[in-house]
Amino acid sequence: MIAIIDYKAGNLRSVERALKKLGFDCRITLDREEILASDRVIFPGVGAAGKAMADLRHLDLDGVLKQVFENGKPFLGICIGAQIILDRSEEDHVHCLGLIPGEAKAFPVPLMSGDKERLKIPHMGWNGLRLIKRHPVLSGIKPEDEFYFVHSYYLMPASDSDVIGTTDYGIRFPSVIGNRNLIAMQFHLEKSGAPGLKILKNFCDWDGQTC
Amino acid sequence: MLSKRIIPCLDVKEGRTTKGIKFKQNVDIGDPVEMGRFYYEEGADEIVFYDITASNERRDIMIDVVSRVAGEIFIPFSVGGGIRTLDDMRSVLLAGAEKVSVNSAAIKDPDIISSGAEAFGSQCIVLGMDVKRVKPSVTIPTGYEMVINGGRTYTGIDALKWAKVAEGLGAGEICLNSIDADGTQDGYELTLTSLISENVNIPVIASGGAGSIDHIHEVLTTGRADAALVASIIHYETCSIREIKETLHARGVKVRMKW
Repeated sequence: MIAIIDYKAGNLRSVERALKKLGFDCRITLDREEILASDRVIFPGVGAAGKAMADLRHLDLDGVLKQVFENGKPFLGICIGAQIILDRSEEDHVHCLGLIPGEAKAFPVPLMSGDKERLKIPHMGWNGLRLIKRHPVLSGIKPEDEFYFVHSYYLMPASDSDVIGTTDYGIRFPSVIGNRNLIAMQFHLEKSGAPGLKILKNFCDWDGQTC
Repeated sequence: MLSKRIIPCLDVKEGRTTKGIKFKQNVDIGDPVEMGRFYYEEGADEIVFYDITASNERRDIMIDVVSRVAGEIFIPFSVGGGIRTLDDMRSVLLAGAEKVSVNSAAIKDPDIISSGAEAFGSQCIVLGMDVKRVKPSVTIPTGYEMVINGGRTYTGIDALKWAKVAEGLGAGEICLNSIDADGTQDGYELTLTSLISENVNIPVIASGGAGSIDHIHEVLTTGRADAALVASIIHYETCSIREIKETLHARGVKVRMKW
């Protein structure tokens, strides 16, 4: 069973819908025993970092997520769920889970494109992914595949060795990061059409080992 | 590099898809779930479902449509039409829409934008703007006025001023519809689109007037739009989404070419 951590009341259930479409058994849960007993964990996350961390602490789930990571269970973070696995976020200046050293940083303002056009923030829409490293969860992803992003802060792990893929929007930023059994992506794979579903399926088949 | 988005708009009346020509003469062209799935597979980057009967009929039909669409398509889609309260927003988002768009309700009560953004995040809140060209005046310095009720009622609010106010309140995106251009197939309102897009820092979806691929190309370049809403041009098969994207790609506009 795949545990989807839903720590915010009224969370949108698009990850659950996508998993059902792919035929995987999943449950949206806040129950620590159920999370620890699951085969794998997806941490979607919506909203702002400060609120997300406050909710996690209030529900006493921050420790459970650390345990999931330490136990070696395949663990996927999406969007805010990817940002708050880092040490801290510039959004709300909040201390986060610290599963991977680094921080979520705000896009610089003004953000300019290569041909000197002002870029809008948030970065909203479809953009590419340049793979820096091979990873089982990203197998079959092609250079021309695009993914749906909506964010104003980006992932900045302390070590380059945790960067799996990057995306260009004014700057080149890490859009997929990972360490051991944890992989985290800035884009919404559950809303990224066929390539996104491919990544989700890869994650569901992953044993948590990197190649 | 971010791609420019091509967004089909489906008008939905009593759970069925239609396309209004200047909000009149609706022609029934199908089932919204089937249409949504068809455009998803054709390469739509996002889909807008606009409930054109929401003002006076039951909303539960639309909620059912939204939840069936959400189980079939895995790209973002938004729902507009008749969204007036936080509860309206919540039910549409819980049913599986990525975004909701507010239009006349926001003009009557701008707080709906800020309370919606606070409750669900700015990325969920699209400001729908219906705009008509008027003679520039002290109250309407740009010569573009906000209208409601499908263009029948003038509000006395300048379109650019309203766009900036809404951005400040937390709108995450603007869907900018020119009532003058809507349904004409003579091209988007380029001056209006570039005026708004260059003066806000949130994405602008241009709407109203697409009759050819040239028009779409124009609004994404000269018009500075981040996305183009398309309806009749694809519903009546003047061209397909794939043809639109191939042409734009060949002309050097960055669009998503693989799906």
